[in-house]
Amino acid sequence: MRRYVGDVAALARKDLLLEVRSRDTLPAMLLFVASALVIFHFALPSGTGELAGLGLLWVAIVFTALLGLSRAFVAEREQGVLDGLVLAPSDRSAIWLGKSIAALAFLALAEVIALPLFSIFFSSVDGATIAAVLLADLGICAVGVFVSAMAIATRARELLLPVLFLPLAIPVIVGGVGASVAGSPGRYLGFLVLYDLLFATICWASFEYVVTE
Amino acid sequence: MVAFYAPLDRDGLNQKIFYIHVPIALTSYACFGWGAWKGLLHLWKRTPGADLESYVSIHLGVIFGAMTLITGSIWAKFRWGHWWLWSEKQLVLFLVLFLFYSAYFMLRFSVEPGQRQANLSAVYSLFGVVLIPISFLAIRLANQYIHPIAFTSHGPQMSGSQFFTFCVCLAAMLALFSALYRLELAGKRIDASLRELRELIG
Repeated sequence: MRRYVGDVAALARKDLLLEVRSRDTLPAMLLFVASALVIFHFALPSGTGELAGLGLLWVAIVFTALLGLSRAFVAEREQGVLDGLVLAPSDRSAIWLGKSIAALAFLALAEVIALPLFSIFFSSVDGATIAAVLLADLGICAVGVFVSAMAIATRARELLLPVLFLPLAIPVIVGGVGASVAGSPGRYLGFLVLYDLLFATICWASFEYVVTE
Repeated sequence: MVAFYAPLDRDGLNQKIFYIHVPIALTSYACFGWGAWKGLLHLWKRTPGADLESYVSIHLGVIFGAMTLITGSIWAKFRWGHWWLWSEKQLVLFLVLFLFYSAYFMLRFSVEPGQRQANLSAVYSLFGVVLIPISFLAIRLANQYIHPIAFTSHGPQMSGSQFFTFCVCLAAMLALFSALYRLELAGKRIDASLRELRELIG
């Protein structure tokens, strides 16, 4: 158990360190989410109301996550690291968990900028929305990293990621938007928890088959 | 039987499509479930051929799913006057599933045939059976904030003879599925053995 946690921490630290040194992904995500919010301002005619803005916030979050996730396994692919990781004497699901933690850190950092920006540009964000964003991040990163590992094994590579990921992200959007706009967000937050638990379990259990023959 | 036996209800003639639409939809669920079960068998027990069976089953499921969307859309047009209604939960669910399983083909055909392809397809089919109930729940939840007034009219309850017709139609549709399944599987198996032979010769 302790070894497993150690493996996961080492893998997550590797990704974070790589990002600190190369600064590939995070600046792109930040710029992307800021420009998306500006585009939404012009996409919403006046009088559309703040509810539409809250809905678009979720679109921005999912697409920003997608941008980060499409880069998730690029370094591994280019350097052939994935084969080495699979051969390493540790549980394969540790690769998924470590990568998910790193992706979660990137996404959370992007949102630390995005949410205040949203409340300046559009309307203020309440506690339920923030809770929903946190819960949704878990699901998005868990499923997204998994699907990203699938996509990287194919010929189409990054092209396939949105096609595989977006149908799986529809429930996250429903839970998130529901928690943001509905009067009683409890059931939507509960739904997000259910989604996270179910999909994290199935990702954790089946990741081995994605990276091995 | 659909045309002559089942009594008309207050919707008139267009209610007949119910006997086609609902059995197709249920058969499509059965296909996806069967495909995921075969996928699980592949991953768990490494049953030879389970991957092909899973693929054929999901392939048919997508065809039945597309037919569900088309017949459902026709029904909606005649009953409510619109081709598409977001308040129809089942149809929206099928749209989500249709998108999801269409991506299955993209995934499957952009990987070289072999163990890798079989593994990825099987894992994806397992995601599908988790996604079905989650999406069902999500669409119910979404309707609460998109349409605050619940859509409660369920139409008339079925009478005995209507229910009987419905069951016969469902059985017929399942029989059609299993016939197509066997046919397609036989074809694919012949293809596979032919390819093996060619490789042996060439």
